[in-house]
Amino acid sequence: MTPILTAESLSVSFTRYGRGLSRVELPGIRDLSLTADPGQVTAVVGSSGSGKSLLAHAVLGILPRNSRMEGTLLYDGAPLSPRRAAALRGREIVLVPQGAGCLDPMMQVGPQIRRGRRGPEVRTQCRQALERYGLGPETETLYPFQLSGGMARRVLIASAVMEGPRLVVADEPTPGLDARAAGRLLSHFRELADQGAGVLFITHDLELALTVAHKVVVLYAGQTVEEVPAEGFRTEKGLAHPYSQALWRAMPRNGFQVLPGLQPEGLDLPEGCAFAPRCPGRRPECGRGQIPYIETDGGRARCLFPGEVSVS
Amino acid sequence: MILEARDLTFRYPRRGSPPILEGAGFSLRSGERLGLSAPSGLGKTTLCKLLAGLEAPERGQILLDGIPLSRYRGFCPVQLLWQHPDAAVDPLLRLRATLEEAGPVDPAVLEGLGIRESWLERYPAELSGGELQRICIARALRPGLRFLLCDEISAMLDLIGQAQIWQFLLDQAQARGLGLLVVSHDDALLEQVCGRAIGWDALMS
Repeated sequence: MTPILTAESLSVSFTRYGRGLSRVELPGIRDLSLTADPGQVTAVVGSSGSGKSLLAHAVLGILPRNSRMEGTLLYDGAPLSPRRAAALRGREIVLVPQGAGCLDPMMQVGPQIRRGRRGPEVRTQCRQALERYGLGPETETLYPFQLSGGMARRVLIASAVMEGPRLVVADEPTPGLDARAAGRLLSHFRELADQGAGVLFITHDLELALTVAHKVVVLYAGQTVEEVPAEGFRTEKGLAHPYSQALWRAMPRNGFQVLPGLQPEGLDLPEGCAFAPRCPGRRPECGRGQIPYIETDGGRARCLFPGEVSVS
Repeated sequence: MILEARDLTFRYPRRGSPPILEGAGFSLRSGERLGLSAPSGLGKTTLCKLLAGLEAPERGQILLDGIPLSRYRGFCPVQLLWQHPDAAVDPLLRLRATLEEAGPVDPAVLEGLGIRESWLERYPAELSGGELQRICIARALRPGLRFLLCDEISAMLDLIGQAQIWQFLLDQAQARGLGLLVVSHDDALLEQVCGRAIGWDALMS
């Protein structure tokens, strides 16, 4: 099966003016590789500053002007140029954004979902999309301020899926929702995957992601450090990269263990493995050169000694 | 010290709305850590706001060692940490000004929370929720602090960041004998932080 989305050694950097006319190149994403299959929920997890949102923007072709993208990005087996992304977004590739703030406050829900298209067919499609998420036809005449947080999110999904997308990108769609509401929202993503779409679920909340994801991709300092089937997170042994293992151990139910230090950012990146300064099992080799992204049991990991480090 | 609420009644000013709290009582002692788990919409955040003196009850009193909280002057010994730190800082001030709102902050606190010097020169929109929350915690941890109310304070953090700030807060609470009220929907987290969690009904009785 062709993956619906493939990123291989993707990098995104920004040019910013420093003092005077000097220019500084700031890395955002450095070495990101992942695949997302149709019919699956692929969770992309990472703390803030790891490059999660940049990935979403790259896929939709909405990176800012001062950015530069390198590496490979394939959609359905063919290169996804910004021009192709522009043609596909909103139809085949859709974004489910964070919250109600992304709706137009001056526009009723109905016209907003139909995006200017008219005709009885479009009206029916719109009704069906709303109905699918438990929203009645009366919702069409409401303005965003009249929606509760949960309703607004359902409107956002309805709006995204109206034309039967093949790739759904959800960028932190659950902040501020309690566990039950978040669970309901995530079940909608699972349902979209069950109907054949590929879902890229971008979040900082690993525990939440594990409730719906088939596969988890872990980001650290702009790189993918591990790609693993969701079952890998059942035990620490299922994980190959020491950062994923540290995430596992930091879960309240797995001991709530603290890993000291912060993720490096911007220009402070260390030589060699970005995680080495915090890694409990680092060796001298880790501080040099490029760390390869190698195949592991059922996934990939960017570590010279995958699965060996595990220390508690 | 003891933080008490007596016969608390509160409603939001909208015609005909039922009270969020009615005759509620509550008490928390120094050194105590109380976990509260309840579904949204019951009034957890409202209770926190009342206890921190940010809302005035329609009826009833908030007492700190028997004296109404409103009689304390200067830095309030009861501080609330919010679920959305971006709403608790001034968007037009650099974060150094926000951080030092009530006076200079102990450098050990900044280090313990992993706050980078470079963050303080930026505006709130240029930091992530997790980074802002660390700054809000540092701002609250003044020498005069006695009770800390934590309303879903780690929901915006990744797992490692969450474990880091809780370990730091627990160390501080222990060393200074702070009383902690911790609100979260994550029962495993409450168990780690408070040892036990109680439900809304048990808290109110």
